Amino acid sequence: MIESLIKNDRAELTQSAKKASPVVLSTRVRLARNLADAPFPERATSAQRSDILSKCAGHIGDLKAMKEGVFFDVSQLSDLEKQVLVERHLISRELCETEQGSGVMINKDQTCSVMINEEDHLRIQFLKTGFNLNSIWKQVDSFDSDLEKSLDVAFSEEFGFLTACPTNLGTGLRASVMMHLPGLVISDQMERVIRAVNQLGITVRGLFGEGSDATGHVFQISNQQTLGESESEIISRLGNVLKTIIDHELNARFKYLEENRAKLLDKIGRAFGVLQNVHLLTSNEAMNLLSLMRLAVDFHMLPEANRSDVDRLFIECQPGHIQYAAQEGIEPELRDIARADKLREEFSHLPPLIFDKIGESN
Amino acid sequence: MLSLCDPLGHSYNKTMADNLKCSNCNKEATVHLTQIVNNKIHKVDLCESCAQKKGVTDPQGFSLADLLAKSNLTQGLPDLQLVCSNCGLETADFRRTGRLGCSACFQVFADVVRPVLEDMHVGTEHKGKVPEVALTRQNSQAKLQTLRDSLARAIAEEAYEDAATFRDQIKAFETAVAELEATEA
Repeated sequence: MIESLIKNDRAELTQSAKKASPVVLSTRVRLARNLADAPFPERATSAQRSDILSKCAGHIGDLKAMKEGVFFDVSQLSDLEKQVLVERHLISRELCETEQGSGVMINKDQTCSVMINEEDHLRIQFLKTGFNLNSIWKQVDSFDSDLEKSLDVAFSEEFGFLTACPTNLGTGLRASVMMHLPGLVISDQMERVIRAVNQLGITVRGLFGEGSDATGHVFQISNQQTLGESESEIISRLGNVLKTIIDHELNARFKYLEENRAKLLDKIGRAFGVLQNVHLLTSNEAMNLLSLMRLAVDFHMLPEANRSDVDRLFIECQPGHIQYAAQEGIEPELRDIARADKLREEFSHLPPLIFDKIGESN
Repeated sequence: MLSLCDPLGHSYNKTMADNLKCSNCNKEATVHLTQIVNNKIHKVDLCESCAQKKGVTDPQGFSLADLLAKSNLTQGLPDLQLVCSNCGLETADFRRTGRLGCSACFQVFADVVRPVLEDMHVGTEHKGKVPEVALTRQNSQAKLQTLRDSLARAIAEEAYEDAATFRDQIKAFETAVAELEATEA
């Protein structure tokens, strides 16, 4: 069912040719919305859920931003297809668990997805590579305003946009930025950063693993609070914290390079060697090796043009994608072979690492 | 002063943290989450399978606040036995799940919800976007319905003069709405 989506050669996350930032992989803003006159998905009967699904899908499909978009009924998707969509950040795991009457609409370049009947009737998200909170907020805002012209949304003056869980009340806005923070992890500062930003109402979690030592050094950083502040205040507060984190990360990298040059270059060099010769590779190890390759691009050891390849492989090496590409259910060990084959092939085309430009400022 | 306590309000010291029970199902907890909200430490302990179920490992869906909302943040709320006439949700349901059932719930459970928000958010009142178009439409529909009800009542009571007035008002209102929609389109 999702084949056209995977084969799309203009998908934002896997095919973006734009110059991405050295620290930020992607930015996402989502809004939680509900219809005024229907019970929230969890309290709705399956007949009501189906009504909500078809009503919302109809209105969303009419919007300009969804032109040539695709709709999937979750109950029609296989487990593997759901996993692939989760790995692409197009749907949540919670949506996969829902009963009859849930769906998702995804636009052509996969920058916009709207989940229907997840925890709320609508979860509207825009996602792009790079660090661009403001422009993404503008896009999701205008999408939401267009939708409001045809749908009556649940709203109260006091609580703002009404959501099933009180944690989303008010703006219903969750902005999150995917950050690659090897410098902070390697210099043991991540724990401190997490504690500091938590105090500011900002949440950090590892994308592929847990805690402060996340696999692949990729973290998702997002606002926790949604009520009592306007959308632009939330965005700018988060943006300021993120800019500070970026500065700390870059400092940590250069400090580590200064003090442990041989050690760092050895790590990157070995990772490159492994990727060109590996025959068995778990998902976790792949994420960690790719993390070092992204660092290699940041340090000008690999051409900037290869950054998007590394970012694409972060997604394409996850278990669902490897299995989907194999076209059949394959066992973990065969998956590790397939993943190794893929990376070996990809890395055989890359130029050798350049070690004499390292540390030139970005 | 920071104090550690589990979702049921039991406090414990760090040495005990090794064999905690899952706050969801009582199996041995292997996933321990800590978050500081407004200078208070909130901790949740989960077993492997509940952590998976709650989406702790899911980059998209998980937020500690969601778990907290289900456990300690809904503790100690005013003891009001309320029922939403629209969706049937009861106070106990909200305490158990941390979720409301429909938009009408927010009027019914307002006094139960407000204290939960104080610890959770920057403020307790909305300061963001207002869906003007949808609200105007909802208000005008409500107003039209009131006029139609009045018209029906006037006819039933054979108050034909009043009925004529309401009929004219409805007509004028509908024309105004149609004109407004035409200019917007």
